[in-house]
Amino acid sequence: MSEQVNVVSVPVAEPAAARRGSRLNPSLIVGGSIVALIIGAALLSFVWTPYDPTRIDAAARLTSYSGDHWLGTDKFGRDVFSQLLVGARTTLFVGIVAVGIAAVIGTPLGIFAGMGSRWAGEIVMRGNDLLLAFPALLMAIMFAAVYGPSTLTAMAAIGIATVPSFARLARSGTLGVMNTEYVLAARAAGRTRRAIAVRHVLPNISGLVIVQSSVAFAIAILAEAALSFLGFGTRPPTPSWGRMLQESQELLHSAPRLALWPGIAIALAVLGFNLLGDGLRDRFDPRLEVRR
Amino acid sequence: MNNQIAGPSTPPGAGIPDAAEPALRVRDLRVGTDNLDLITDVSFTLAPGERVGLIGESGSGKSLTALALLGLLPEEVKASGSIRLSEVGFDVVGASERQMSKVRGDRMAMVFQEPMTALNPVMQVGDQVAEIMLLHRRQPDRRAARRAAVEMLAKVRLPDPEGAARAYPHQLSGGQRQRVVLAIALANDPAVLLCDEPTTALDVTVQAHMLDLILTGVAERDSALLFITHDLAVVATVCERVLVMYGGRIVESGPIDEVFTRPRHPYTRGLLDASDMDAVDGRGRLHTIPGTVPAAGRFPDGCVFRNRCAHATQQCVQVPPLEHKGARAHACWHPVEEPT
Amino acid sequence: MVFALSLLLASAVVFAFMAVLPGDPARVALGVQATPEALEATRAEFGLDRSLPAQYLDWVGGLLQGDLGRSYVTRADIGPQVFDRLQVTAWLVMAGMLVALVIALPLGVLAAVRHRRLSGMMLSGASQVGMAVPSFLAGILLVSVVAVQLGWLPPGGWVVPADDPVQFLRRLILPALALGLVQGAVVTRYVRSAVLDVMREDYLRTARAKGLGPYRALVKHGLRNAAIPVVTVLALQLATLLIGAVVVERVFVIPGLGSLLLDGVANRDLLLVQSVVMVLVLAVLLVNYVVDVLYTVLDPRLRRAG
Repeated sequence: MSEQVNVVSVPVAEPAAARRGSRLNPSLIVGGSIVALIIGAALLSFVWTPYDPTRIDAAARLTSYSGDHWLGTDKFGRDVFSQLLVGARTTLFVGIVAVGIAAVIGTPLGIFAGMGSRWAGEIVMRGNDLLLAFPALLMAIMFAAVYGPSTLTAMAAIGIATVPSFARLARSGTLGVMNTEYVLAARAAGRTRRAIAVRHVLPNISGLVIVQSSVAFAIAILAEAALSFLGFGTRPPTPSWGRMLQESQELLHSAPRLALWPGIAIALAVLGFNLLGDGLRDRFDPRLEVRR
Repeated sequence: MNNQIAGPSTPPGAGIPDAAEPALRVRDLRVGTDNLDLITDVSFTLAPGERVGLIGESGSGKSLTALALLGLLPEEVKASGSIRLSEVGFDVVGASERQMSKVRGDRMAMVFQEPMTALNPVMQVGDQVAEIMLLHRRQPDRRAARRAAVEMLAKVRLPDPEGAARAYPHQLSGGQRQRVVLAIALANDPAVLLCDEPTTALDVTVQAHMLDLILTGVAERDSALLFITHDLAVVATVCERVLVMYGGRIVESGPIDEVFTRPRHPYTRGLLDASDMDAVDGRGRLHTIPGTVPAAGRFPDGCVFRNRCAHATQQCVQVPPLEHKGARAHACWHPVEEPT
Repeated sequence: MVFALSLLLASAVVFAFMAVLPGDPARVALGVQATPEALEATRAEFGLDRSLPAQYLDWVGGLLQGDLGRSYVTRADIGPQVFDRLQVTAWLVMAGMLVALVIALPLGVLAAVRHRRLSGMMLSGASQVGMAVPSFLAGILLVSVVAVQLGWLPPGGWVVPADDPVQFLRRLILPALALGLVQGAVVTRYVRSAVLDVMREDYLRTARAKGLGPYRALVKHGLRNAAIPVVTVLALQLATLLIGAVVVERVFVIPGLGSLLLDGVANRDLLLVQSVVMVLVLAVLLVNYVVDVLYTVLDPRLRRAG
């Protein structure tokens, strides 16, 4: 440390105590990269794929890795790599719609439950608990039974089944915000509930909602894959990773690679969104930032 | 980093007439991480039955000292120097986990600050007291230990000790829980009892009872007491001698009545002034010590107090040695003059 | 009380859901060529000509007596079918949970205790990857490697344990692993974070100050406290496992509740679907109820005074 002459007023430099947790943590980087990769693949598939993923080529059935077909072809001679690219599109589409439904319904419900009267909150949360008894996949199978299997029913079912997780989160976040000094001050100043919800509650819980969206996205991908695998999700000929797995099942003897690649794609996508959620949580949650 | 001129300080314990083996002897204790010293050159002794206070603001290293004595420092923090207990054949510094397990709770025990969280919430209170006696084979079996636990709970004057033994911590008040913690600490008649702010979290009305129990407890067992607090009034009622700690160093020590009436170190002076609720400065405000305790590793070189001290000069760039004079000692280049 | 109420509500939801079906269950069951007379007869036979509330009460009344009704399609009693299949699925779920616990408890504790070291970080990384693999994918990969390539175990099918215990076990291993490995990864993460939280608690420091070694202090004072949050997660995971079994049964061609449900959907056998869904929901609710009871055993703070 420096040799100060005027010792009386040695101003010991204040430590950068307010040093924020690192803005970029490993989870955020890895998860973000994987998610970016999948989004990139989906976007790429709009303008370019090596082959038309639905084109049946009897001459090139079940070819292995080659220069022509990088990841080979399936039993109809369709190019696996092209199917994977377009499958990314399906996966993201289902995820976005399902999570969108869940967040758009669940978040306001949770805020309402957290801000409204005790009765309103109680009723919303009981309804929530009831909905929790219907896991996403079960809900989707019920939807498929009633409305017939399609991408739309899958998305709606997954979305509705995911509503409780958002409602619960939004409610606990709202209860926290409602007890802060600034909200009490705003209420004392006569602000309406709606103004408080929009100006104070929503901005404060948006971080939580974003984190939950990422985690819910991973769950939606898993559910969509399982549904397509069971034949209740995306209908042919639209490529879907889950259905690629289903079609590979009878060929496990001769062509296990047909199960491997869509499997890797699904696992990678889920891993990516889970990691992204973890990374975002570390950034948004101030309690965790203190821990180095 | 440390350009002190004084080497390891002069033998501690000077001024304690008792020739008997001290209950605890700490020498040149240094605690820190790889690149940061948190406690430096701390030396002191406790005679059997002696009651010593360790005072200072939060952040001065008091609690860390206690954890170092128990060998319970956080993983990344290491201690060096020497900590010896009477009738213990090894040095606490560098002792193995297995060796320390025999010492902790037996030769040396501790009462923590937070009674609300110090007890296991899912275990009956009686079992938590019995455990320490079973662990160190002070009782032959569970039943005997359980009976002894009820006795211990009675000794810390818990109403209905039988019932309390069957209770879970959440069924007891803060004061009652702290009595349980004390019962655990005293169960095996430790040679040294460490108390880290044992009454800070308690209601004022309960504090006096707790202090009384601690005093009786150590007196009955002839245990040495190291009492950590920032409350000078509490130290004055409980202890005979006091160590003043600042910036991880002992800056002054001596008998309570002398240190509190004629402090030599400006920091002690400041503490006393700040705790005096009657004295005011020229503008009618209560005294305070200017500035705040720096974060660990941010204390100035040389005298750790110099950036908050009104008397600091260029000489204070050097670390002042702890100068012993009779029963007292202080580490300051410009000690407060003794009032005539 | 709350349990009974949520059960009643859940049954109403399931019934209402199936009742909104566009179209007539009798026509769905009999197909488009059915004559009006046949349709009328079927409606009368199954009471479909009555009002919806009457049908609902009839169904719930049957449920309470263990009578799940008869299939509109096969006319077979649904109850015995569901009961048979439930036993198969119960084996899968229990075995899967066992695998998950055997993996998650030691590894989760280890990952927490060593969270600063490389081994701990690798464990949490591995659990993160494991979480990303859906159980049916794990099943396909296990079949591909263990059954097809190595030929160690049969790729699927089912044998009743009483008939041939050895063959039963051989067929149980792969589906149980498929379910359990993935669940194990999830539970490992929760065990790790629960143990990490407990390790920071004051009472663990008190235990150390008593003279307990680091591991003994954790085992004796930490684990029961850490169990409280873990048990919640286990309940949720049991529900996930049940649903996962539905899919895994398809991978391993196992005649469980999941296959029954999927066949029902494929045959448009609505009452069957309705009943299986109700049984699954009942199982989920039951598990949640058991967890609430288990809490009070684990955590004395939740017990009523007295």
